Amino acid sequence: MSGNPSITSAGGTTTDQRRRTKLRLNASMVIGAVLILLIVALALVSFVWTPYDPSAVDPVARLQSSSTEHLLGTDKFGRDTLTWIMYGARITLMVGIVAVGIAVLIGTPIGIIAAVFAQYPWGVWLSAVIMRANDILLAFPALLLAIVFAAVFSPGTGPAMVAVGIAAIPGFARVARSGTMQVLGSEYVRAAKASNRSAPAIAIVHVLPNIASMVIVQASVAFAISVLAEAGLSFLGLGTQAPVPSWGRMLQESQQFLSTQPELALWPGLFIALAVLGFNLFGDGLRDRFDPKMEARGNV
Amino acid sequence: MSENLLEVRDLTITPAGAEAPVLHDVSLSLSPGERVGLIGESGSGKSLTAQAVMGLLPEELRSDGTVSLQGFAGNILEAKEKTLARMRSDLASMVFQEPMSALNPLMRIGDQIAEVLRIHGDVARRDIPGRVLDLLTSVHMPAPESARYAYPHQMSGGQRQRVMLAIALANSPRLLICDEPTTALDVTVQKHMLELITERVSAVQAGLLFITHDLAVVAEVCERVIVMYAGRIVETGSVKQIFTDPQHEYTRGLLASSDLEATDAHRKLFSLKTARSYAGPIDEAEPAAATGPVVADEPGDVRVPTDVREPVPTSAGEAHEAVHSPPLIDVSGVSKHFRSGGLLLRRRSPVRALDDISFSVASGQRLGIVGESGSGKSTILNILSGLDRPTSGHVRVGDIRVESASSSALRTLREDLQIVFQDPFASLDPRMRVEDIVSEPLIARGMARDERLSRVQEMLLAVDLDTKAMRRYPHQFSGGQRQRISIARALVTRPQILVADEPVSALDVSVRAQVLNLLTDLVDDYALTLLFVSHDLGVVKHLCSDVIVMKDGHIVESGSTEDIYAHPREDYTRSLIAATPSLAGALASAP
Repeated sequence: MSGNPSITSAGGTTTDQRRRTKLRLNASMVIGAVLILLIVALALVSFVWTPYDPSAVDPVARLQSSSTEHLLGTDKFGRDTLTWIMYGARITLMVGIVAVGIAVLIGTPIGIIAAVFAQYPWGVWLSAVIMRANDILLAFPALLLAIVFAAVFSPGTGPAMVAVGIAAIPGFARVARSGTMQVLGSEYVRAAKASNRSAPAIAIVHVLPNIASMVIVQASVAFAISVLAEAGLSFLGLGTQAPVPSWGRMLQESQQFLSTQPELALWPGLFIALAVLGFNLFGDGLRDRFDPKMEARGNV
Repeated sequence: MSENLLEVRDLTITPAGAEAPVLHDVSLSLSPGERVGLIGESGSGKSLTAQAVMGLLPEELRSDGTVSLQGFAGNILEAKEKTLARMRSDLASMVFQEPMSALNPLMRIGDQIAEVLRIHGDVARRDIPGRVLDLLTSVHMPAPESARYAYPHQMSGGQRQRVMLAIALANSPRLLICDEPTTALDVTVQKHMLELITERVSAVQAGLLFITHDLAVVAEVCERVIVMYAGRIVETGSVKQIFTDPQHEYTRGLLASSDLEATDAHRKLFSLKTARSYAGPIDEAEPAAATGPVVADEPGDVRVPTDVREPVPTSAGEAHEAVHSPPLIDVSGVSKHFRSGGLLLRRRSPVRALDDISFSVASGQRLGIVGESGSGKSTILNILSGLDRPTSGHVRVGDIRVESASSSALRTLREDLQIVFQDPFASLDPRMRVEDIVSEPLIARGMARDERLSRVQEMLLAVDLDTKAMRRYPHQFSGGQRQRISIARALVTRPQILVADEPVSALDVSVRAQVLNLLTDLVDDYALTLLFVSHDLGVVKHLCSDVIVMKDGHIVESGSTEDIYAHPREDYTRSLIAATPSLAGALASAP
């Protein structure tokens, strides 16, 4: 740093400003994070403590409304709704994590590989084949895939998670591919090539860290979709099976009491909505944070 | 309010959430019809000042002070958007730096000009087409009749900037603000554009606020210069005053480092630090009168460049001797064609980026490749470094035939040939630490971590960076520092050949001199063969012993730098040299 110290200070202020904008959190991200934490807390607490045993049947206290004994009321067997909501949060989170995990771990490499292949004359067609196969997969709705899975294997949480995960692969592949193309076209990758780095090394060292933010945003949105898909599948009887508590199944069982005890449908519905909203808001917030345009605006 | 056209008083701008303002108490004024240059490096606040005048400041910024414009009642900083909209284009308008992004790509040129006329409604609807034609003719648009129906992408950068000027002047504003309007243009186009701006502004008797970082450009266009540094105005004066008798230390430094003709006692370009001994630009027309208090070692006169060159032991002399040994790089009959159009639409014939190029570079030579954008100079570099293959022809670097090299031969080639890229903001991975960036070429060689780190440390010291820099990320550095990191990365493998692709064109003038000096030192220290690509003839003249002039994929002229600059044989070379803005030339023609 041979430069006159007073000269370099002009550059210093811009860096400070950028750091400041990075620290500034946006509202949708905060609300999203709070909702996600709420769901996670419910699931964690359920391992240690629940108001009642989830399978404890109490015929006397069936179909009750909120009371001090049963905060969120009881179902047709007199089981505590709050307990079931807490147990259901576990399934919801597990399905989200496993499905998104499958999609990220398979989809992201597919996208990166397709983009890397497209650079070579011999790989253009291979890249095209990969992405068209991806498009075909995209044409299958998650629900349809899950029905097929449920028919082939037995209906259950496992096949449902895998089906939802596979259906989310194309999204990740596309995001990873477009991000990789962008990174591969950048001058620092040209510099890495001129420094003799191999294609796999460039993919790991340069591409992965630079597309991570896009993949994370996609993951939070996919998480919301998975939560919704699992609830839908359980509602149809293709997902989580009795007697494991699940929000989707609670919603389905509450159907017959919709006119007499609507509260039974309210709680699982509300929590599904909160979980989906939480992940979507969080994803939106992340997107805003990572958006290069936003960063440029903070860096006047 | 006085009779000044523009009056800015104590303008202070603070970003939201920050305690220190980025613009401190800026006051300036412009009388009607006056042409004023606002000069400073990036981050000095010159563009913010212009945005404040136009009422275009981003909302995150808090502004204090007053900005008043003749014909506009009240303070522009406090005015409502609705009244501002009326002011823009009628009273003041602006030409931006990037003509491509400032025009709507989906709208015909004529419609875009007509839109401005229609919104402001001073021209009757049926007269608009005629007025559009007048405007296009007035900015000397070739074939203005058909240009009305063209889309922006069908025009060259210079033509688009003409359209921008036509739009800006459509409603005859009293003040025209130009924000680096020629920075993205080639030198020959820049020259025409500057002449045009001067001509149009005086024709409609508008005031001009011309923002630039290039002193030579300012001298050509403006009567008065305002120098900004770190958010403050440090000096104001007439062009002649600023150029011959700068008062502020920064102005002197800026002036000294802009002048690629002048060198200090150690034959280095002046930087902000060494500017004290700088004597001022030498006026070609009257050298004796303008030189002033010359420093003892300053050989100075541009008309006898041999005086400057001959005593230098490393550059010209040595290179000429080396020519007799077999050349290190040999390029013969190289062509590169790009196919345009997709799989189904084969519309255009192939683009000839390079057409039958032949040249050779001796070991230790410093070759400059000069040309405007699209001349194929970057394609040559890509082919030389094996990043791209030629359509036909032969390229030999050392004893590797690049055009048919296997990937292992290319690896060997790249150990001997390294590249410094143009844009220091794009060529460093933002998510990597400096130590990882610089050691990347060594990782590819399979060097152990400890050895790598010591090599990186050594290299960072060689490019005048602190070793503390190793743990930081690129965004924590300024442009010049980033370019040093880039140079360190290129030289860490001890290559024989260094290829530099416009390494200083993205840098501020004051930083440019430092980086060029560093490059000169390193080329000497490491006995490098240098290939230096640039559009800036001044930089090439300073650095290179030989030069190749390129145009449209052909070599127009080649030879030793002195010969070419002193006696250009081709018209194109001559026009290129004439168009390059120089301090001395600009000062001679200054009012």
